[in-house]
Amino acid sequence: MHANAPAPAPDEIRALVAPLTALEGPLLPMLHALQREYGFVPQDAVPVLADLLNLGRAEVHGVISFYHDFRDAPAGRHVLKICRAEACQAMGCDAVAETALQRLGVDWHGTTRDGAVTVEPVYCLGLCACGPAAMLDGQVIGRVDRDRMGQLLDEVGA
Amino acid sequence: MKIYVPLDSAARALGADQVAQVIAAEARNRGLTVQIIRNGSRGMIWLEPLVEVDLGQGRQAYGPVSPADVPALLDGKLSSLGPVEEIPFFARQTRLTFARCGVIDPLDLTAYQAHGGLAGLHRAIGMGSAQIVQEVADSGLRGRGGAGFPTGIKWKTVAEAQAAQKYIVCNADEGDSGTFADRMIIEGDPFSLIEGMAIAGIGVGATRGYVYLRSEYPVAIDILNRAVQIARENGLLGPQVLGSGHAFDIEVRVGAGAYVCGEETSLLNSLEGKRGVVRAKPPLPALEGFLGRPTVVNNVISLATVPVIFEKGAAHYADFGLGRSRGTVTLQIAGNVRHGGLFETAFGATLDQVVNQIGGGTASGRPVKAVQVGGPLGAYIPVEQFDTPLGYEELDQKGGLIGHAGLVVFDDSADMLRMARFAMEFCAVESCGKCTPCRIGAVRGVETIDRIAQGDPGAIELLTDLCDTMRDGSLCALGGFTPYPVMSALRHFPDDFATQKEAAE
Ligand SMILES: Cc1cc2nc3c(=O)[nH]c(=O)nc-3n(C[C@H](O)[C@H](O)[C@H](O)COP(=O)(O)O)c2cc1C
Ligand code: SF4
Ligand code: FES
Repeated sequence: MHANAPAPAPDEIRALVAPLTALEGPLLPMLHALQREYGFVPQDAVPVLADLLNLGRAEVHGVISFYHDFRDAPAGRHVLKICRAEACQAMGCDAVAETALQRLGVDWHGTTRDGAVTVEPVYCLGLCACGPAAMLDGQVIGRVDRDRMGQLLDEVGA
Repeated sequence: MKIYVPLDSAARALGADQVAQVIAAEARNRGLTVQIIRNGSRGMIWLEPLVEVDLGQGRQAYGPVSPADVPALLDGKLSSLGPVEEIPFFARQTRLTFARCGVIDPLDLTAYQAHGGLAGLHRAIGMGSAQIVQEVADSGLRGRGGAGFPTGIKWKTVAEAQAAQKYIVCNADEGDSGTFADRMIIEGDPFSLIEGMAIAGIGVGATRGYVYLRSEYPVAIDILNRAVQIARENGLLGPQVLGSGHAFDIEVRVGAGAYVCGEETSLLNSLEGKRGVVRAKPPLPALEGFLGRPTVVNNVISLATVPVIFEKGAAHYADFGLGRSRGTVTLQIAGNVRHGGLFETAFGATLDQVVNQIGGGTASGRPVKAVQVGGPLGAYIPVEQFDTPLGYEELDQKGGLIGHAGLVVFDDSADMLRMARFAMEFCAVESCGKCTPCRIGAVRGVETIDRIAQGDPGAIELLTDLCDTMRDGSLCALGGFTPYPVMSALRHFPDDFATQKEAAE
């Protein structure tokens, strides 16, 4: 969803998640469905989910905040995840990440001023034999040295 | 002509999709009839994209292939690696769990059967519950997710529990750095996991299965969902598994980026829609697991190994191995290594063999400094201990663990103080927050290591005490084992912890 699109209405949220109510343990699938649709989990979803699942609002909020994946605000137009875990460190991911953060002028989890890119750390993408690894808008990329990172940032117009 | 181009994440991360596109376009231009098959990975990641061409006389491998190589490939002018089976890295393996991975189209159920698939399930259906559980026990299979618990005993507990509903939960959270075997088998041979889960279900009397698959693996999520659908359409899953009287079905659930959700009780909470906080044991998940009901929680590789055990027999499987580590281990060789990838072999190879002979030493060409075995909670093992054989007990004796069998190689430029600090930082980021030694201890650990780096002589003892507290007082292995990488780094590489101090003096 675009950053300044109107917040989804509670009815719309309910219609999106209600079909999942019959699942055993439906909350995570519901949160994923919301994030897939809107790009983040809207605040207004909390009372809807609490009502549907017969939970307290604090409880629903507690679940959302526990998981690294769920956002409470839209990300930039592109999401760049850079692996920070050991196998990628052994191949120099720290220097690659530093270059990227510096060029974008953001810290981890930050979004560039023009809203082009959000940068997030990730701890392993299962590409540990071809690191440093990254993921750009869901696409996996291996052997990301500084040059390749530069190309990726060029591609997203950052 | 048939051309195989892997669809595995690692192959894609190195350009396999572009290569497949260019092959299709070039073939069209030349009026060639080419059947492009997207297979799994053969596991030799340094050769990816590894393309195989079959002109009717067997498959010839080429790799790494770039889009620019495609015209030469189609002209037969690119130099070949020969058949995959003759590449030394591959030829030295014993492939049981991964026998089909990279050989077939992962979503082709007919090819799966032609390569031995479903034979195990057919045999299991003809056996009773007790016999199925006994077969697994006889194979000596131990959990490949990390703890190494005997799978047969776990299944027996669930089989004997009385309940209206039982579950099979597959742990596909694979959060350990340096590991990718779960991802590879799901992307390359998903029916083996489905078949293994069905055998588990019939064995313990469970009709429902869940796969908890991490969100960092979008390709695997897509392939497994499609495989489950195909399995349903073909009666492999559903009210009558392969026409038997047993019902079994599977649902794929996606994680949400929490490392601790790989811990089985945290995983169950997450699956139920709660915060992924670790539960105290007992009760064991085998008795009170998902929604409080008896549940088998097994790793992907544990479950995907079950079909071959039933196909070839428990004795065949147990014949491989060392001591109480039976069968094969699916090593994942990663980090700064020349020949990285998946290497399936009988337990018992030494670290030296794996890192230096099979892995070919570092990718950088510099000397090896250490290898971290078993993920972020595993010890850093120095070169002096490279005679250690890979087995559960053997590594335990060295203060390490085999874990999910990932090996991360570091060259001599690695700063072990930095790695120790990272271990604490990771624990602080990923702690579920339930117990103080882990939640607070990890934060203090980072601070203490920073003090060591600044030359504070008292901080080393403080770090040692802190690690003792974390090890003894944590509820699960996240807080309890983080001391292993930290203390092994400190013990084996004291110089890295002293440099700053000396500089300050
Ligand atoms: C912090 C932590 C993370 C874990 N992560 C995983 C994981 O990603 N995958 C896995 O199979 N087991 C993981 N485990 C081990 C599981 O708790 C459990 O032992 C395993 O799923 C049991 O299956 P197995 O017997 O087939 O190995 C983890 C344990 C801990 C303490
Ligand atoms: S050791 Fe850490 S992760 Fe494990 S239960 Fe305690 S707080 Fe949670
Ligand atoms: S450690 Fe970076 S992909 Fe696994």
